[in-house]
Amino acid sequence: MKQLLSGNEAIALGAYHAGVQVATAYPGTPSTEILENMARFDDVYAEWSTNEKVAMEVGLGAAIAGVRAMVSMKHVGLNVAADGFFGAANVGVRGGLVVVCADDPGMHSSQNEQDNRHYARFAKVPMLEPSDSQEAYSLMERAFNLSEEMDTPVMVRTTTRISHAKSVVEVDGERAELGPPPSFVHSPTKYVMVPTYARPRHPLAEERISRLAKVFEEFPLNEIVWGDRKLGIISAGVAYQYAREVFPRASFLKLVTTYPLPQELIRAFAAGVETLLVVEELDPFIEDIIKSMGIAVQGKAFVPITGELNTDIVRRGAVAAGLVPQASTEAATPTPSLQDLPPRPPLLCPGCPHRGVAYVLSRLKFGPKGSIPKGEGPAKTARQWHIVTSDIGCYTLMVYPPLWAIDSCVCMGASITLAHGLEKAGVAENTVSVLGDSTFIHAGIPGLINMVYNRSHSTVIILDNQTTAMTGHQGHPGTGRSAKNEEAPVVDIAEVARGVGVKDVNVIGAFNLKEIEETIRRCVDNDEPSVVIVRGPCTLHERIKGTPLRVNQELCGLGPSSASIPSAIWYRFKGWFSEQGCRACLDIGCPAITFEGGKAHIIADQCIGESCSLCVQICPREAIEKVPD
Amino acid sequence: MHTQTDMLLTGVGGQGVIMASDILSSAAMSAGYDVKKTDSLGMAQRGGSVTSHVRIGEKVFSPLIAPGGADFLLSYERLEAVRSAAILKRGGVAIVDCAAVPPLSVTVSGYYYPSIDEVRESLGDIARAVYMLPATEMANELGNPRVSSVLCLGFLSVFLDMAEQQWLDGIRGHLPSRLHDVNLAAFNAGVEAAREGRKEEGE
Repeated sequence: MKQLLSGNEAIALGAYHAGVQVATAYPGTPSTEILENMARFDDVYAEWSTNEKVAMEVGLGAAIAGVRAMVSMKHVGLNVAADGFFGAANVGVRGGLVVVCADDPGMHSSQNEQDNRHYARFAKVPMLEPSDSQEAYSLMERAFNLSEEMDTPVMVRTTTRISHAKSVVEVDGERAELGPPPSFVHSPTKYVMVPTYARPRHPLAEERISRLAKVFEEFPLNEIVWGDRKLGIISAGVAYQYAREVFPRASFLKLVTTYPLPQELIRAFAAGVETLLVVEELDPFIEDIIKSMGIAVQGKAFVPITGELNTDIVRRGAVAAGLVPQASTEAATPTPSLQDLPPRPPLLCPGCPHRGVAYVLSRLKFGPKGSIPKGEGPAKTARQWHIVTSDIGCYTLMVYPPLWAIDSCVCMGASITLAHGLEKAGVAENTVSVLGDSTFIHAGIPGLINMVYNRSHSTVIILDNQTTAMTGHQGHPGTGRSAKNEEAPVVDIAEVARGVGVKDVNVIGAFNLKEIEETIRRCVDNDEPSVVIVRGPCTLHERIKGTPLRVNQELCGLGPSSASIPSAIWYRFKGWFSEQGCRACLDIGCPAITFEGGKAHIIADQCIGESCSLCVQICPREAIEKVPD
Repeated sequence: MHTQTDMLLTGVGGQGVIMASDILSSAAMSAGYDVKKTDSLGMAQRGGSVTSHVRIGEKVFSPLIAPGGADFLLSYERLEAVRSAAILKRGGVAIVDCAAVPPLSVTVSGYYYPSIDEVRESLGDIARAVYMLPATEMANELGNPRVSSVLCLGFLSVFLDMAEQQWLDGIRGHLPSRLHDVNLAAFNAGVEAAREGRKEEGE
């Protein structure tokens, strides 16, 4: 049966058909939909784990019990899970264990574009890379078989364009018959890695990877497509698709097994062509190994090492290499006459519960004097009174104008810890960290404990919107909903903070600016670690939509700033001032507020109404009002 | 033989771009095409630019359309149409909902937002035909502004070699049943508008 599936959907279906019984993950773009799809199968245990390390070890536990398990995460998730990943490579499995890792070249929704293929080599774990959804579906069963036969976790590596692109899949399998019931086989020499038992495991891993290289010589999904023998291209993943299009007549070796590489197959292919080129995204992973085999090959000299590829980039590389002729001017990319278009960066949604905190932090951050570099903050202001370290989530969007509310975003958990480091280094400013509820549970708790133990004075703001919003509203331990959308026990974040020894714990609402400001001011001023939990539901998740507010056009106009302008000047430039308007409400950066003809307007179908009302609170003229029923 | 056709759908998050490209891709698959589609979303679910590449043909390799390669540009917002214009093939077709959704950079930072005529002219530098369609207005008349996404698909369908039934199945397959009637009406309104529009263009 033909189905149009994304790579992630195909991986989930392939894993289901391969008989997976336990699936674990922490949400992260572009990997999230794998677990979401696994959770829809009744006969699969699926969980959102608290973080990727937890997910990895839960998966390993299941595999040791003899059932097939799959762990999925985004590329940076494997950094968090690396300890468990290396551990799994060391002790091996019983039931198949497949670790799906989705890289994000081009950083569509990530803070870096690390190439996780290095992890396979680093941990001595075999790696498979699909080049479309069909392959993603087909290789899952092979990955599980390989894992069991070779007693090793298997890594399946995708990228955004594989995980999120849909293509036609011939679904020919069905749910495999499950293996024997789960059991534990006592084997301290395999599972208890004290040095005495661990030492013999290393030669085993080396021997295993050599055996895998031989197995991969015959791996059925690796494919040679003979064309013109003048140019031979070795490629894998989505890069193969770009290369096929750019070099329609060349010969191809498409690799699905990218670690360990099938060296004899590569030698045979290389011997059959005049010029050898590797087309791969990000690092020269395949190229370097082929070079180390003593084979003349080109790659990163023509194909960029940074960013996501596409056919255009590959073609330009090929032109530079003299492999394809220069395109005629006729075919060159057309440019439209309109230039310098207004940017449309992603924004906090109308009614977002993070906006109030962002506005208050922005106000507290910037003082009236001094100057800051252009493009690094609002033009009118200057000296920083606070440093705001942020974590990874929707609230990272607070960095954009007009909010400019945060100063750092490095990795999960690094909000609390960076603030502590800044403080202990002795910076003059106060430090405030912001992170989300899911992120706090993922990686924030050790940092908070560290603050208590090491006598920090810093303030931690936990933006509790009761979901993992950025990745598409997944449950987490604080939400009371499981991955299968069943009721689950709730971990109370405030109790966690109190439990680790924070005395000043505050729980406040997300839409009262006065309360938010007073609480943050008080917490920043005191000499002990403090936590402010700002609670408000994600409007997108809860689909909150009330009667929209509106701007009373008679009241909207020049704000109280006129008081600070000498009246002679004010009268002389009255026209200009009224054209400028007050604009106070624009400082909250709400997409539902527009500004035209010197006055603000509210876009009715975007405004969520009274439950937010931040604009009502900051309007100096009381011009924003409820539409009478 | 299925001719290779590359289509870029674009708009603002929340407008139904992804849903429209899902319907289009399903319809193409049931018409026997090989299909690849891929979406580029910014980080936020709402308010950012969204593009969806849909490629259909006998055999499709890359899921991404190369710049200057799209046969059709279907935009649900006029600024986004210009932003994506460079993907359009010379002599391609642009179908644009005239609707304005000015970004915050316009309202707050004073960027200029292009007029309907400027968008038409700018796209006309590249496209053989530019259809500026009051799709959101038409959708409002049908009682639901959100059906503009399917209305524009109806418009596009007139240019493609797929049977009506395949489109209708695609619509039914991707939308809850309570929205079927209004979306089918929107699809037909789009088809009608395209027939009118093509006559005027002399196509």
